[in-house]
Amino acid sequence: MTENLEERGFGQKEMGFVQVEHPFKETVRMFATNYAAVAGFVVLVIVILVSFLGPFIYTTDPWEMVWSPFSPPGAKGFLLGTDYLGRDLVAQIIHGGRATIAVGCAAALLSVLIGITFGALSGFYRGWVEEVLMRITEFFQVLPTLLFSMVLVALFGASLAMITFAIGIVSWTGVARVTRAEFLKIRELEYVTASRSGGAKAPTLIFRVILPNALPPIVVQSALLVGFAILFEAGLSFLGLSDPDVMSWGAMMGNNRPFILQHAFTIMYPGLAIFITVLAISLVGDGLNDALNPKLRKR
Amino acid sequence: MQFFIATVKRAGFGLVLLVAVLALNFVLMHIAPGDVADTIAQDAGGLDAEVMEQIRIDYGLDLPLWQQMAKYFWGVAQLDLGYSFYYNEPVTKLILEKLPATLLLVISAQVLSIFLGVMLGVMAARKPTGMTSHFVTVLSLVGYAAPVFWTGIMLIILFAVMVPIFPIGSMVDVSVEREGIAYAMDVLRHLVLPAVTLGSIFLALYSRLSRASMLDVLGSDYVRTAQAKGLSEFQVVYKHALRNALLPVVTTVGLVMSGIVSGAVLVETVFSWPGLGTLAVQSIIARDTPTILGILFFSSLVVVVANLLTDMVYRIIDPRIKTSGGSNL
Repeated sequence: MTENLEERGFGQKEMGFVQVEHPFKETVRMFATNYAAVAGFVVLVIVILVSFLGPFIYTTDPWEMVWSPFSPPGAKGFLLGTDYLGRDLVAQIIHGGRATIAVGCAAALLSVLIGITFGALSGFYRGWVEEVLMRITEFFQVLPTLLFSMVLVALFGASLAMITFAIGIVSWTGVARVTRAEFLKIRELEYVTASRSGGAKAPTLIFRVILPNALPPIVVQSALLVGFAILFEAGLSFLGLSDPDVMSWGAMMGNNRPFILQHAFTIMYPGLAIFITVLAISLVGDGLNDALNPKLRKR
Repeated sequence: MQFFIATVKRAGFGLVLLVAVLALNFVLMHIAPGDVADTIAQDAGGLDAEVMEQIRIDYGLDLPLWQQMAKYFWGVAQLDLGYSFYYNEPVTKLILEKLPATLLLVISAQVLSIFLGVMLGVMAARKPTGMTSHFVTVLSLVGYAAPVFWTGIMLIILFAVMVPIFPIGSMVDVSVEREGIAYAMDVLRHLVLPAVTLGSIFLALYSRLSRASMLDVLGSDYVRTAQAKGLSEFQVVYKHALRNALLPVVTTVGLVMSGIVSGAVLVETVFSWPGLGTLAVQSIIARDTPTILGILFFSSLVVVVANLLTDMVYRIIDPRIKTSGGSNL
């Protein structure tokens, strides 16, 4: 049969003997063909580099008064002007990125951990475990997220850790839903039954067999969560619930809030920084989504 | 009958969720530093220990925890959410005064974003590679990435400061007394910018969703049948396809409800809209715990009721859904 086909001029590829590409390589290749996603990735790398290395290069203290308050952009060599205390906005944006990104990532990590735990346990065990965990998930869906976070931060103090916790504890329901759906689907597949009959215990099945295969949509969801957490932190800070000892983009907007009508630029620039960062994260998330689900690429 | 039973079941579960919110409120109140006596002492500029002890007894803080909790629940059942020492008014009264403004803002933003979003989505789905389609893609990215309060501020700068078409903030112009239609028009003028701002977050979501589901539906057999019967394109799209394409949108309205309430807090703050969000922010600054927890409870109530309503709408649009529970998950 094989020889027959080769005689007829079929190469290896047509007969299905394709060298299978490593999934990771395939994902990278697919991602690289998506220009928007690559652009987002590049912007994100730049934002991260500027936020984490920038403070060592642009050493103006973001807390120190350097010129008269509300100097317009460009005045006296201050590219973006100064804020209500006469502090350099460029310095604040460069120094503020670190806390913004750190809170975003930490909060997203927290909610991913909670979400995976809830989703995996309810999808794996079904029955009353699922019932209880999903009811708790619904409870967190009904709770007005921002209000609840405001209450937590207001009652227990606006430290960076508390803010991170307050964001993470309210934003995990999406991850839980996605994880549960994947577990429900995968637990019925043959290779899971095979491992089960091979004597694999629950932890092995959950963490070694099902979870790695459920990861793609969870990764996409987590990437988007970082953007969500950054927006959330900005919202809390805008309302005045930010750590007073930490400079962040949200805090910049919160500080200048009383003066928005006269000096809009003090809020426009940090807002732009957030907008660009979250946009880049969404593009990367969408790109990952397409790269990890080649079937959905068409849409 | 089935419809009725399912609705009652959902309502029952909503009630359980609300009781859970109350329990959470109670726990928060008790693990938070400081109590009523401390608040009063602070207001009075310091009280001696004996008086503070008397206040604690007056407010039942010396009772065992379960009795306090029962008292709190019983109070809420009678619509008593406690007393605000900052505003010197019962919390329920404060909230009911502010609730209509918030409902007006939230509902108009929702109606606006659903209507525009579905329209854009349908237009995009009919020409998947056309301009509208690209516009929807860009819109959904931009709408998601911009912080909502920032969008609001930029809109104020554009349409109230640079080109003064709309007022800067608040809900009515207090400098002129108006009644009847003039009053309504004034509120409407003040409502435009906040509603557009709040709607902008969800406009993107709805347009993307309805585009995707419309594309799905337009490819299905029954649509082809309708086309084959010789119906006009308008009839096919808006009478046959739209109804099914709307289903995911309706589900989402329920799901994003708590996000809408969160967005309303920020938008109200930007536009000094006199609703629950502004009240919440003020009472956070004033450390007015009873009020803020009351608002948390009331907004949860709003979310639960909205979920119940979307569930009913869903059952009306799609009579195939007959299972009880009808969970949103």
